[in-house]
Amino acid sequence: MADIIRAGDSGSPITVGVALEGGGWHPAAWREDGAGPETLFTAAYWQGLIDIADEAGLDYATLEDALSTRSAGFGAPDDDPGLRPEIVEGRLDALLTASWLAPRTTRIGLIPTVTTTHTEPFHVATALQTLDHVSEGRAGWQLRISGDAASARAFGRRPAPEIDLADVLAGEPDAGLDALLGDAADVAETARRLWDSWEEDAIIRDVATGRFLDRDRVHHIRFASERFSVIGPSIVPRSPQGQLPVTLLSHSPRVHALAAETADVVFITPENPSPRAGASRGKPVAEIVAEVRAAERAADRAGRGLAPLRIVADLVVALDAPGEAATDRLDRLDDLAGTPFASDARVAAGSPERVADLIGDWLGAGIDGVRLRPLALPHDLTAIAERLLPVLRDRGLAAPGGADPRPLREVFGLASAPNRYAVARAAGDASEEAAA
Amino acid sequence: MTTPDPARRQVHLVAHFPGVNSATVWSDPASGSQIDFASFRHFARTAERGLFDYVFLAEGLRLREHGGRIHDLDVAGRPATLAILAAMASVTRNIGVVGTLTSTFNEPTELARQLATIDHLSGGRVGWNVVTSPDAFHGANFRRGGFLPYAERYTRAEEFVALAKALWDSWEAGAILADREAGRFVDPERVHRVRHRGPQFDVAATSTVPRSPQGYPVIVQAGDSPAGRDFAAANAEIIFSRHTGYADGQQFYRDVKGRLPAAGRDEDSLLILPGASFALGDTDAEARERAREISLAQTSPQTAVAWVEAIWGRALPGLDPDGRLPDAEPGEGEQRQGQVSTRVEDRIARAAELRARAEAERLTVRELVAAETAHHTFVGSPATIAAEIDRYVQGRASDGFVLVPHLTPGGLDEFVDRVVPLLQERGVFRTEYAVDPVTGANPTLRRTLGLPEPQRPDSARYRPEGGPGDASAAESVPEDAAVPEEVPA
Ligand SMILES: Cc1cc2nc3c(=O)[nH]c(=O)nc-3n(C[C@@H](O)[C@H](O)[C@H](O)COP(=O)(O)O)c2cc1C
Repeated sequence: MADIIRAGDSGSPITVGVALEGGGWHPAAWREDGAGPETLFTAAYWQGLIDIADEAGLDYATLEDALSTRSAGFGAPDDDPGLRPEIVEGRLDALLTASWLAPRTTRIGLIPTVTTTHTEPFHVATALQTLDHVSEGRAGWQLRISGDAASARAFGRRPAPEIDLADVLAGEPDAGLDALLGDAADVAETARRLWDSWEEDAIIRDVATGRFLDRDRVHHIRFASERFSVIGPSIVPRSPQGQLPVTLLSHSPRVHALAAETADVVFITPENPSPRAGASRGKPVAEIVAEVRAAERAADRAGRGLAPLRIVADLVVALDAPGEAATDRLDRLDDLAGTPFASDARVAAGSPERVADLIGDWLGAGIDGVRLRPLALPHDLTAIAERLLPVLRDRGLAAPGGADPRPLREVFGLASAPNRYAVARAAGDASEEAAA
Repeated sequence: MTTPDPARRQVHLVAHFPGVNSATVWSDPASGSQIDFASFRHFARTAERGLFDYVFLAEGLRLREHGGRIHDLDVAGRPATLAILAAMASVTRNIGVVGTLTSTFNEPTELARQLATIDHLSGGRVGWNVVTSPDAFHGANFRRGGFLPYAERYTRAEEFVALAKALWDSWEAGAILADREAGRFVDPERVHRVRHRGPQFDVAATSTVPRSPQGYPVIVQAGDSPAGRDFAAANAEIIFSRHTGYADGQQFYRDVKGRLPAAGRDEDSLLILPGASFALGDTDAEARERAREISLAQTSPQTAVAWVEAIWGRALPGLDPDGRLPDAEPGEGEQRQGQVSTRVEDRIARAAELRARAEAERLTVRELVAAETAHHTFVGSPATIAAEIDRYVQGRASDGFVLVPHLTPGGLDEFVDRVVPLLQERGVFRTEYAVDPVTGANPTLRRTLGLPEPQRPDSARYRPEGGPGDASAAESVPEDAAVPEEVPA
């Protein structure tokens, strides 16, 4: 049996996940043979993808989402960018797609993207808890903010954020971005408190006293910031994991700081020469890892009951196919799209062995896992499952398959989460405020 | 197997997942988890085995409180509605899934995309029960806070539904081309930007979800006030009502169906389905005995006292559940939050009613509360209950029922095994879902319900004469119109 040779600073096993998006990450991927552009909005399409990933033993799948169309990019000031006919427009709600997939999968972790910007924290938190119940502990959350004007107009509840995209890309401070990140931190904190608001043993069914609940074990969270307040408790009893792994994608120290404050897992984008990588453009893995660790030191993670951040590197993957090299395929797709493909994550095109070499190098620089973004679906997902994953396993870079289903926290090497209210009680302090 | 009799009005059946209140018995050894997904799977699949129209979930966005503390006597804790609907649809093939979702603490753009997503995933099986709970008690869980005055609850609901429909309509059926050769995935001319400005919402949005199989989810409504009935007559395809008595049911049925012509609607475009509980036995006598046992289990001594406290508006520590009602009148206080009327006049009147009943029927507090709250709509043998349901439907006291079992998750099993076959024998209930014989595709929920397609198909809405994307109709709409306005961009 291959040993797991890579253990991060925290001694956690490495993880290999996939990020699912539309017809794949390349804008022309939907035009490939074998793509199913007319089926993108059916359950069968998503079921087909998740089956490939689940059967192969990939650790988790993230599902991308946004509240506006793909033509409306982050920070875009135009509230009506129109639709571009040549790309996949339209998408299904990621959390509900994950809820649909949960009862039809057995092992894979399901991590939908849910934005904090225009949504209600209470709905976000309780929907994620429900996904954790339905998946029996395999749920996570990819938290994101919605920084575009189109999303703001679509809700009409708050003015469009004033984000200076050039500043953000350059990693300069930006007040508009800070406001959204501050709001996201509040939403994450609210969610975490709601997830703890029912202690594990709150349901007692005590016939003698007629009590279904022990109400001393169900707590108002009384979250209040200058932005909003939520009294709680959750309407959903504690879910199998209690605290779902919170993940987010970060390209800059400012967002690393949010991750350090609230997340369990941060996705980073190393070694990417494209300007789309923002402030992480061109930075080697080790440098970004050092930035994240610095952000962590500035945040009191232990005080919040958080383990060291798991750092996961994103990589767009295109693998050689019989009869066509991945680089040729990429060129062909670029021709169809009319522009060379550039992504916020580095693109790795080649043989499974070459891609595994790169991942091996990165693991040596201090990351805890990789998230692979298939260039075209289902092609590159199948290739990741059937050809890349076995190579990673043979080299001892990825955990062997065939393990029993585990809570997603455990997959990420996170200890089971203590309940803050139970902890406070054990410490002899029964007041809810103290726990909060 | 018998086939439906076209000469007889057909019965519709809905399976209500047992709720978060005293009607759901948790003390029974057969009572299972109200939150594990296994319970939802069992319940939904049982309902589907029984060929029900849909499974249904209520919603409560804050745990109930009593005396300023979390109410601990009843089943509490439930999943978030949308996520569990998606999961239940995933483990069934043909049955509909309908959830209760408030128009007060949601936003149209988000809820429209969420419902459309489930409609896509389920092949057109979703429905939405529009409720308007506006109070500050629930508002304390939301960014919004308790902002909506009671009188505006349906203003917002109307505007919400109108805007949601505009969003659902905004992608024409043929908008997705998926033309690999030409490199055209979508036809932007057939996707219409929605602009809406009204007292509640000021939105400009391009919907992110293509038109779903049903176009719109089936719209259900459960309000009872005159405003609620008008809202139903204008918008709802189903009313979930509280009117379970035969004569009362007939009157409600006439009242609501009578409002339809004014809304330009046909009588068959709206179904009325009262909530109904039941107690079954081999014989009617045995069923009566079971009904008595269930009522007592639903009304523990503590539950009886708490119920009286809610009306009296204060704690009644000395109240004997086997004794009499308090002599003093209800006061101004508020003991139960978010549930009982807060108006003291209402509660004084209610107390008088209760005293009169207790006296006339010589009831203890617990017996009285059981009689008031734990009454079962249908009590009898399977044959008796099948005949009663048939009588209601033939007599236009309802179009069927939303069945509310008292046990999670097995409370529907016996009904499906024993009553459904008798309704089928009577020729008043389907013997199979209308699965497409060629493709094997499931029926949409609207098809299962026998309801007409939504009235305003996209093509008529957006392309009357001017051709694709013609916005000329919009220009006459004043920017500051107080009424909701949706125009193609
Ligand atoms: C049978 C029935 C079931 C209801 N279920 C719910 C529910 O699950 N959640 C909720 O918030 N409101 C529920 N309501 C109340 C809301 O439907 C309604 O919007 C509210 O009472 C205000 O409307 P009204 O004044 O017209 O009754 C229910 C009402 C009825 C009659």
